[in-house]
Amino acid sequence: MPIITYRQALNDTLGEELKRDPNVLLMGEEIGVFQGSYRITEGLLQEYGPKRVVDTPIAEEGFVGVAIGAAMLGLRPVVEIMTINFILVAIDQVVNHASKIHYMFGGQVRVPLVIRTPSGGTGQLGATHSQSFENWFAYCPGLKVVAPATPYDAKGLLRAAIRDDDPVMFIESLALYDTKGDVPEDNDFVVPIGVAEVKRTGTDVTVISYSRMTAVAMQVAQRMANEGISVEVVDLRSLRPLDRPTIIASVKKTNRAVVIAEDWYSYGVTAEIAATIQEEAFDYLDAPVQRVAGIETPLPYAKDLSAASKPSAHSLIYAIRKVME
Amino acid sequence: MVKEADVVRTSLADEDADELRHYYYQMLLLRRFEERTGEMYVKAKIGGYCHLNLGEEATIVGLMAALKPEDYIFTNYRDHGYVLGRGTPPGPIMAELFGKETGVSGGRGGSMHLFDAERHFMGGYAIVGGQVPLAVGAAYALRYQEKPGVVVAQMGDATTNIGAFYESLNLAKLWKCPVLFFIVNNGYGMGTSVAMGSSEPDLWKKGASFRIHGEQIDGTDVLAVRDACRRLRDYAEREADPVILDVVSFRFRGHSVIDSDRYRNPEFVRKGRQDHDPVRNFATLLHEHAIIDDAWLKATADQVEHEIQEAIDFANASSDPNIEDLYQFMYATEVANTPGPEDAIAAVKINRGEV
Repeated sequence: MPIITYRQALNDTLGEELKRDPNVLLMGEEIGVFQGSYRITEGLLQEYGPKRVVDTPIAEEGFVGVAIGAAMLGLRPVVEIMTINFILVAIDQVVNHASKIHYMFGGQVRVPLVIRTPSGGTGQLGATHSQSFENWFAYCPGLKVVAPATPYDAKGLLRAAIRDDDPVMFIESLALYDTKGDVPEDNDFVVPIGVAEVKRTGTDVTVISYSRMTAVAMQVAQRMANEGISVEVVDLRSLRPLDRPTIIASVKKTNRAVVIAEDWYSYGVTAEIAATIQEEAFDYLDAPVQRVAGIETPLPYAKDLSAASKPSAHSLIYAIRKVME
Repeated sequence: MVKEADVVRTSLADEDADELRHYYYQMLLLRRFEERTGEMYVKAKIGGYCHLNLGEEATIVGLMAALKPEDYIFTNYRDHGYVLGRGTPPGPIMAELFGKETGVSGGRGGSMHLFDAERHFMGGYAIVGGQVPLAVGAAYALRYQEKPGVVVAQMGDATTNIGAFYESLNLAKLWKCPVLFFIVNNGYGMGTSVAMGSSEPDLWKKGASFRIHGEQIDGTDVLAVRDACRRLRDYAEREADPVILDVVSFRFRGHSVIDSDRYRNPEFVRKGRQDHDPVRNFATLLHEHAIIDDAWLKATADQVEHEIQEAIDFANASSDPNIEDLYQFMYATEVANTPGPEDAIAAVKINRGEV
């Protein structure tokens, strides 16, 4: 399999799906002439033209709503929101409209829409440009929310999302765009939505994560192996639907669990996973579930403060040691 | 209200008498449907919020007379009359208000969320302004797929104060979308008057900075509404250009069934209902021109009563949606790790105290 970046996997998939289905179109700010704020759509305007790759004004509520309405008439828009922070001005369209239209109208119309957006923080982007809101959308029935950690999953899940007839929130990560991995050349492989993957098998402790934190967990697992601790890594891949059986099966095997996510600690993804484990695997636990998540402040700008506010390999190792005590 | 001098009286000379009688029949059907709906609400047959189209009969029937089958309609939550006016039978509409499986949205939507895909009625929406970008998107899809037709974005007067409206105007113009922005201006957004809520009370002017043409029309005159809509609809389709129609009418009752309307002067309401009743005024007009007589009026009224009673009987006789179908419409594409019929039954039994 060729080794390509996460960015390239996304770019390839968008191009292939544009080519495959004339109803697929891309919409977003700076995705065409500018070639994408993070170069995910690089070259696509040149190849597919302005009908298929649509530069929008800065009007997220408006163009997300337009994409939903167009999807209701059979188009398959793939919307880029520059970062997840900006989707808050469009959240009414996502939560009150996209997620409800199929159910609320008795299944009469479908909303085959994908919203791609990077979540989380990197560098010193400050309080308003470093947030993780995927849990807000994972909370909402009617949406599908996926968050791939590898180029392979990025490609397989994006393809699945574009071919899916429901609204899918496709969560990316700025810090993952340059990471590399094996990606098959097969133009029809998909990663199923709603299914987690055991990315590394282990026997002593299960680490549950998604997106960038899965990459962190994989590194930590390798390091812990050198210390004689066998870590199993469950990569959620989808936040809604959530693959509870895979989480529970792993915890029943290892009897210990650490959950790590980049969002804020309270009411975040880690809380949902920890609750699931205590409901369904309480009797199998040898120690309380440990949670690793973001420190609860608006993210400060200063370099040290910023870095210290996000979960890291250090905080994951600390939690693993604690759960092994 | 529109000043008398502004109103363009349509001559009846070129009109087809059967068509005029049909407009009256439709307006009366809407009127009585809504009055009986109000009764059913009081009898607790209908739950939730319930907003009636009373006073807007000419607005709706005039619009529907101008639209073509290929056109699409998105409305706000005051939607009963639009679905009825588009030709959906009264039975499934009443059944939806009753929350029945046979309702137009399978009992999943209710009064504010009616839908009829077959007739291109693309939904009633209950978040103010939410339907406006959706309508632009539908028009965008028509253009993309090179299909004929226009899309109506119906909204209330107060919706012209929300951000989604302005983003929609900009995108519709920028992307050459054939949208008729159809503002039902009954003077009040709940209890807030147009003057209290809008720095530009002439709502038809609100497209000016987007270079969108706007007009105002008397929404209690079915022929005036029809003619304006026909002209603007054809323009929007031909030129692939959005337009605004500010349709002024009089709201007969409070904002919703449970609103006691304390913020409007009772004398103002009494006079409004007397002077601006589109159904009665149209009957008088047709009478004066000898297009209808008392016997026809009586027969029509009887037929309407019968149809609506049948609708109520249909709704009463219909079944509630099945408990096991609770998750039925969650996703259009099947996906792993989602609950099914057995989970629905188990959850509902617990919630009902049956286990």
